[in-house]
Amino acid sequence: MATDTIAWQKDVDGAITEATRAQKPLLLDFTAAPA
Amino acid sequence: MYPDPQVSELISRQFVPVRIHVKEQPTMWKRFNIRWTPTVLILAPDGAEAFRLEGYLPRDEFLAQLHLGLGFLAVNQKKWQPARQEFESVVERFPETDAAPEALYWAGVAKYSNSHDPNELKALGRQFKERYTDTGWAKRASIW
Repeated sequence: MATDTIAWQKDVDGAITEATRAQKPLLLDFTAAPA
Repeated sequence: MYPDPQVSELISRQFVPVRIHVKEQPTMWKRFNIRWTPTVLILAPDGAEAFRLEGYLPRDEFLAQLHLGLGFLAVNQKKWQPARQEFESVVERFPETDAAPEALYWAGVAKYSNSHDPNELKALGRQFKERYTDTGWAKRASIW
């Protein structure tokens, strides 16, 4: 089974806080695919 | 799911990655006005949306779109040189993709915005007379 190695987060606001601190953009992936 | 190593590497290196499943976080769909899946948003570090990609794309088209999004992030910050480099990388690395003519156009815009030299726009118009001639971006550039 194919997998990806990306360390996805689920907490959007926590991720924005992290991104602001690190001055790094965010990528939000909206999906309906089975986990 | 992004099993391709080039895609995974780019996302891991350039972004804080967040995955939002419709069944787990339905309120986020409304917050970000999501109409369809898959949708990928690129946000500035402060959370402002800079780029939106709706629907599936094959690997190279997807990679090219991500770089296009990084270019628009730089444009929004008026960082013209990084923007130009990002757009030019799309044209050089993914010349056959749908993103390439758009990137060529915006590379020219970034050059002009940096220099305020109208010759940059004339040069852009000439480029679109030689390549990507049947695209909407060539139409936009035809005024120059």
